[in-house]
Amino acid sequence: MSDISNARIEQQTIDQVNALDTYSAGFVTDIESDKAPKGLSEDIVRFISAKKNEPEWLLEYRLKAYRHWLKMPEPSWAKVDFPEIDYQDYYYYAAPKSSENAPETLDDVDPKLLETYEKLGIPLREQEILAGVKNPVAVDVVFDSVSVATTFKKKLKEKGVIFCSISDAIKDYPELVKKYMGSVVPYHDNKHACLNAAVFTDGSFVYIPEGVRCPMELSTYFRINEMNTGQFERTLIIADKGAYVSYLEGCTAPMRDENQLHAAVVELITHDDAEIKYSTVQNWYPGDENGKGGIYNFVTKRGLCEGKNSKISWTQVETGSAITWKYPSCILKGDGSQGEFYSVAITNNHQQADTGTKMVHIGKNTKSRIIAKGISAGHSDSTYRGQVKVLAGADNARNFTQCDSLLIGGTCGAHTVPYIDAKNPTATLEHEATTSKISDDQLFYCRQRGIGEEEALALIVNGFCREVMQNLPMEFAVEAQKLIGISLEGSVG
Amino acid sequence: MIKIKDLTAEIDGKQILNGLNLEIGAGEVHAIMGPNGAGKSTLSYILSGREEYEVTGGSIEMNGENILEMSPEERAAAGVFLAFQYPVEIPGVQMSTFLKTALNSVRKARGEEELDALALLKLMKQKQKQIGVSDEMLKRAVNVGFSGGEKKRNEVLQMMMLEPKFAVLDETDSGLDIDALKVVSEGVNALRAEDRSFLVITHYQRLLDYIKPDVVHVLAKGKIVKTGGPELALDLEKNGYAQFEEKAA
Ligand SMILES: Nc1ncnc2c1ncn2[C@@H]1O[C@H](COP(=O)(O)OP(=O)(O)OP(=O)(O)O)[C@@H](O)[C@H]1O
Ligand SMILES: [Mg+2]
Repeated sequence: MSDISNARIEQQTIDQVNALDTYSAGFVTDIESDKAPKGLSEDIVRFISAKKNEPEWLLEYRLKAYRHWLKMPEPSWAKVDFPEIDYQDYYYYAAPKSSENAPETLDDVDPKLLETYEKLGIPLREQEILAGVKNPVAVDVVFDSVSVATTFKKKLKEKGVIFCSISDAIKDYPELVKKYMGSVVPYHDNKHACLNAAVFTDGSFVYIPEGVRCPMELSTYFRINEMNTGQFERTLIIADKGAYVSYLEGCTAPMRDENQLHAAVVELITHDDAEIKYSTVQNWYPGDENGKGGIYNFVTKRGLCEGKNSKISWTQVETGSAITWKYPSCILKGDGSQGEFYSVAITNNHQQADTGTKMVHIGKNTKSRIIAKGISAGHSDSTYRGQVKVLAGADNARNFTQCDSLLIGGTCGAHTVPYIDAKNPTATLEHEATTSKISDDQLFYCRQRGIGEEEALALIVNGFCREVMQNLPMEFAVEAQKLIGISLEGSVG
Repeated sequence: MIKIKDLTAEIDGKQILNGLNLEIGAGEVHAIMGPNGAGKSTLSYILSGREEYEVTGGSIEMNGENILEMSPEERAAAGVFLAFQYPVEIPGVQMSTFLKTALNSVRKARGEEELDALALLKLMKQKQKQIGVSDEMLKRAVNVGFSGGEKKRNEVLQMMMLEPKFAVLDETDSGLDIDALKVVSEGVNALRAEDRSFLVITHYQRLLDYIKPDVVHVLAKGKIVKTGGPELALDLEKNGYAQFEEKAA
């Protein structure tokens, strides 16, 4: 970027922020200008906070994070390779002018992408979601930086369940947010999480009160639409004593030649005997066949099993993004608590994925289970990176880890990097790993029965992932199965 | 129905078929017998379109159409079915899902309507009963942990579901106990029809007591060296293949 345009943007920022200060009452009309100026600075952080009419403590939190972020190094240990990110080249706030016209911007989307979605049944689904009638799942829809709709709020409220955007939660339930936000993933955890703490714009908030089993699946559908826009959502889910909730997250983004940045933070907290089941189907734009464009998906997800006998289960199907950097983890603090991680990561063309989990056993009799399936095709590279840590006090901790890699063709890579760190001699840790190639015998067997080559591949790969797919809620499983087929298109023959 | 002319083929530069000629009329059942390594399975793979085998000469026509140009799935849609000598395991893929996917793929390619879950289930129940395959087996992953005999039964079940025009059974009798042999043979016999042909590859005359062939061939060193009626199988049982080994060489 030239100095001139830099200067111009700075001037823009200053003008905007000044305008905010001057016309704080006229804020609502100001929303018409739906983007913050490009680039990142303390002023932008203030701009976002002001846009969202936030309390002082949150602005302070953001600023603290931003100042810390400036000093933090990029994480360098993952096996991913990309040019240095120019943080000044992104927009950190973009909001559709009104929630009604948000879905209409789908018209702007590249037809090749729409075609893909049609195959997935997503355009229809998206309308259903936005209409909020047909779908039995309660949904929060986050479009670029803002939540545009949350369904079934009332019905959930009757049970005492709070499900709303994090922005609304900050206004309506400041005590809860203040208590839990940053308690599992502190702002200084890593550079991506730190950036998120400074500039997060929206996301979902869930609170399930004591003894309540959430009456329906909750879901958030994220979409990055604007060009050069980063999405920094923040999700916070709290299950109080004996509560249960199953939560789903879906993501898509249009095809853009530029790399888009997505740095989310998800925090889960379970109290005594509570359970959270968190499922993700991640289908961010992966870039084209030559590795141009795509989302940088740098996500920090962590759950804290605070209470005894509580449970957190992560299930993820990762098919999208140019780069995935993601390690949904569990801190097993409560005695007898359990953590699970079920993962399918598919990479094709030039995608890179470095994903895995971290299970930290603190309490006694804590259990964790890791099932990771990596599928690599094309020129892609996929790494499972996992850590099982057993602290000295974690008597009788148990872990079972299984990592299976499947290679399609001869130009891709798969790597398994398990770290084990056990400080308690009573711990039982099991680790199994396999690497296999898709077999010509299997493909031919299917094709002989009339199943086309790509469908045969999808079938075999779905079989390979079955243990993980079984953990997805029904509605998602079907979609995820199709997605696996689509993401592997062009990788055989 | 099937016309194979002067077929030569190789794999990894090694010539396996050396000018094979074979004609099977509509509604006929032909048996092929022959020593180990003669090229019987190779022929079955080439008929069904396995790409690793390179056809270097000759032709294969089905109902006047050159099938060598067709992909395996196109051939399947056209009605070619192979019961594998060694059925392949596909972990994690339920038998019922596999059958459903296969049948609907073939129906789609043939321009027929795809069957819904209920219609499929009904059809599956009917066929599985005929061939003695349990519900439990259909819930398991394709061929995973199946016994040798179960695998073979499963091949025949698939054949019954797909109702091919031309079925090649490659040693489907190997590994079957006597009762299973009867059930499987009945399954095949029930499918016999005027517009359907079979090529049955076997080492044992016994099978041919149950599935009565119209013609028996001897395949040795990559070509058909003798053709006769069912009595040829009895003769082979008695005298073995030595008499043909020199002839083919
Ligand atoms: N991939 C391969 N590479 C090299 N040689 C091969 C390959 N596949 C088959 N062959 C050889 O081709 C020959 C014919 O094999 P084929 O399996 O067709 O025999 P067959 O008649 O079916 O024998 P059997 O009665 O034992 O089943 C054998 O000598 C075998 O070793
Ligand atoms: Mg053979």
